[in-house]
Amino acid sequence: MADLRINFAGITSPNPFWLASAPPTNSGAQIHRAFEAGWGGAVWKTIGAPVLNVSNRYGAWHFGRQRMLAINNVELISDRPIEINLREIAEVKRAWPDRAVIVSAMVEAKPEAWHEIVRKIEDTGADGIELNYGCPHGMSERGMGSAIGQVPEYCEQITRWVMETATIPVIMKLTPNITNIVLPARAGVAAGANALSLINTINSIVGVDLDTLELTPSIAGKGGHGGYAGPAVKPIALNMLAALGTDEVVARSGLPISGMGGIATWQDAAQFLLLGASSLQVCTAVMHYGYRLIEDLCDGLSNWMDEKGFAIVADLCGQSLHRVSEFKDLDLSYRAVARIDTDKCIKCNLCYVACNDTAHQCIDLVSPQGEVVPAMAYDVRSNGKHEAVETRPQPVVREEDCVGCRLCYNVCPVDNCIAMIELPSGLEPVTWSELSEKTTEITEDWEAMKAYREQKGIHIH
Amino acid sequence: MQSEFKGIGKALAEQLPPLTPNEAAVESDRCLYCYDAPCTHACPTHIDIPRFIKKIATNNLKGSAATIFASNLLGATCARVCPVQELCEGACVLGSEHKPIAIGRLQRFAMDRARKTGAYPVLKAKPTGRKIAVIGAGPAGLSCAGELAKLGHAVTIFEKRELPGGLSTYGIIALREPVDVALDEARMIAGLGVTIKTGVEFGTNLPLAELQRDFDSVVLSVGLGRTPELGIEGEAAIIDGLEFIESSKTGEDLPKVGRKVIVIGAGNTAVDCATIAVRLGAERVTMVYRRTDREMTCYEHEYNFALKEGIEFRFLSQPSRVMLEEGQPIGLECLRVELGAPDASGRPAPVTIAGSEFLLEADQIVKAVGQNKPSLAALLDLETTKGFIAVGESFRTSIDGVFAIGDCIRAHGAASTVMAVQDGKLAAAAIHRRLAPTPAEVR
Repeated sequence: MADLRINFAGITSPNPFWLASAPPTNSGAQIHRAFEAGWGGAVWKTIGAPVLNVSNRYGAWHFGRQRMLAINNVELISDRPIEINLREIAEVKRAWPDRAVIVSAMVEAKPEAWHEIVRKIEDTGADGIELNYGCPHGMSERGMGSAIGQVPEYCEQITRWVMETATIPVIMKLTPNITNIVLPARAGVAAGANALSLINTINSIVGVDLDTLELTPSIAGKGGHGGYAGPAVKPIALNMLAALGTDEVVARSGLPISGMGGIATWQDAAQFLLLGASSLQVCTAVMHYGYRLIEDLCDGLSNWMDEKGFAIVADLCGQSLHRVSEFKDLDLSYRAVARIDTDKCIKCNLCYVACNDTAHQCIDLVSPQGEVVPAMAYDVRSNGKHEAVETRPQPVVREEDCVGCRLCYNVCPVDNCIAMIELPSGLEPVTWSELSEKTTEITEDWEAMKAYREQKGIHIH
Repeated sequence: MQSEFKGIGKALAEQLPPLTPNEAAVESDRCLYCYDAPCTHACPTHIDIPRFIKKIATNNLKGSAATIFASNLLGATCARVCPVQELCEGACVLGSEHKPIAIGRLQRFAMDRARKTGAYPVLKAKPTGRKIAVIGAGPAGLSCAGELAKLGHAVTIFEKRELPGGLSTYGIIALREPVDVALDEARMIAGLGVTIKTGVEFGTNLPLAELQRDFDSVVLSVGLGRTPELGIEGEAAIIDGLEFIESSKTGEDLPKVGRKVIVIGAGNTAVDCATIAVRLGAERVTMVYRRTDREMTCYEHEYNFALKEGIEFRFLSQPSRVMLEEGQPIGLECLRVELGAPDASGRPAPVTIAGSEFLLEADQIVKAVGQNKPSLAALLDLETTKGFIAVGESFRTSIDGVFAIGDCIRAHGAASTVMAVQDGKLAAAAIHRRLAPTPAEVR
């Protein structure tokens, strides 16, 4: 059995899964239940400045039958009196000494306000503080949340104020609503933060109601950008996580990173860990299915770790980071082509239409007699299941023309039906960086590029 | 919708409930949206099925219905009566490992919505000044008339019965298609500018010469005749299966059903008759067939349906005499049968065993053993194939300007509503080519 315990900047928890600072961590009663269900930690819903909330605060993006691929919200930080929150934090920590209790905070950009909130949090016995520089709605209009996170200098300044007072670990949480995520992370390093976490929610408008022409959700006829989170944002979060893990300054600092953004399954969790996260935070999936989700997050991760031979979580942290590259360093000579397993293929022809209309026109429809036929080639009088099924052509990749774009692989609805097969290209590995260094003219002049291609036998389709 | 026919009780109410909007949305989202989809190929009218299903998924129900109507004006009937297991759903790529998409029920969902909202095809073509007479307002005739009207031709349908719809109205058990659906479909065709004259019998009070004088083309969609004679003693006491179904649909009262009912035959109509008997309270219903379950002509799903209804089967039994008491049947005498060498139909010939008589008790006997060949062929001196009206590629008969479509030409393959609809569509295109300079393309 894999050991799921973690030590994150000195904060320990029995597993790497913490509830993110959000509605699931709104009260002590909720967090008690979450801990009973098995959550390793909880980041208390942000406390700080006084707020009032609105109704219809959550929107969601559904696709097909899949509900809530993402949630969008304009809920503010905790609207419960701060004293009640602080009391409950202390109670929860006393009741659950082995769990990570971290408190998210956001106050006005004044040193005394931050010093005060840090002291109040420390008085509860909490294990750590998370600085909320991320909320993109409401609080940002008041100069807090992402208004801070989007300006690295502000991040650094406020984090310095916090570090002046704090004696427990401080995690600086980043907003993704920024062009280069590395800059605020470096600000956190410079200010002496103990850890980083990302991502907070993304600016979003979820949709427009086609009956009323109001935004959805409608708050008395109006709406606005809200924070976007959930499975749909995972790839964005992974990219930002990897950007930190591969940045020299951030990586050298050794600051641990708590990863979040769309984690819904143990597979998602493992991917965040492999790209450098060492604790994980979950919100939307829990808002969808409840605290019980923790069971399979732990069970699935543990089973996979056993299978892969990872004894402890720290063993797998960042294991895939060295795979993160830039285009200029990818091997241009690498060649792969799509191959369709005709035994598995159900002949839906989605690969065919995708390739033919929008990719590189290298899938043929081959009749049972072995002839390449056009689509819809049957006679108007042909009908019935037997004729339809028995005369149906088979999509086949013309490998010599396949550029290996992988579109068909992505659209195929059958598991393991289309495989990307590596073929020897017969060429020495070469990257764009090497080409521009050694043979600059190829990268700057189309005629030279043409000559290079002809020399190497590179055909463009 | 409230039925226009008060006599129809719950026992024969439409078998499958309509899909709810949520069920339709869930099912339509399951469709993979295949390209050049096999369901479309398998459909004799080649409805663009993935397209109409995706339109249900996007809640474009008007567009969904329009997609169906573009290929099949009788989509509401076909959604109910098509043997989808043998056609679209049988070809669904999800069929091998998953449940095929419920295409028939989704089509019904789209068609029900169109019927409810009146989202029917609208006439756009300019009048061509050409006139076409269609004989028979069954599915083939309605389809052909509607397609011709869409092309701008003036069409008149002459129907001998009181109501249009042909077998959809009279011959298909209500639990599969209520009469109202068939009648509304005919009304939709009339809404395209087609004149439907009912109660006019072609041949007797409407001679062909008159039509040839008044119309540019004549289309025969006359269907088939009554149930053939068995030629057995006491046959007068046997009820004709089609009349039995008809009385269950359009009669003043539901048909009287016996306690022990025998249905002779094992086709789809025979199953319908047996179902009516069971549903209306018969204690025991037995289908008597001279071959076995391997040769019977009803679809497999119909056979399974019959078994589920509690209908019994007596195979390898050839009726030989109706036993009567005071003119009423009390039983059916049969001979046992052995299967011999294949006959003209390609199936093993039933050979009766002399002296093997046995008696099946019955107080009501119904026969559903196919339909007679169209009598019109002889009347008009038309060329025939196996008794059916012979037609060439373009549905032309041996008389110039006279076309024939539907069951009356179905010398090959199984007769079905959807094939009749496609005949009507293809014949309309052929007639249009003959009459109009611009060709119409049909898929």
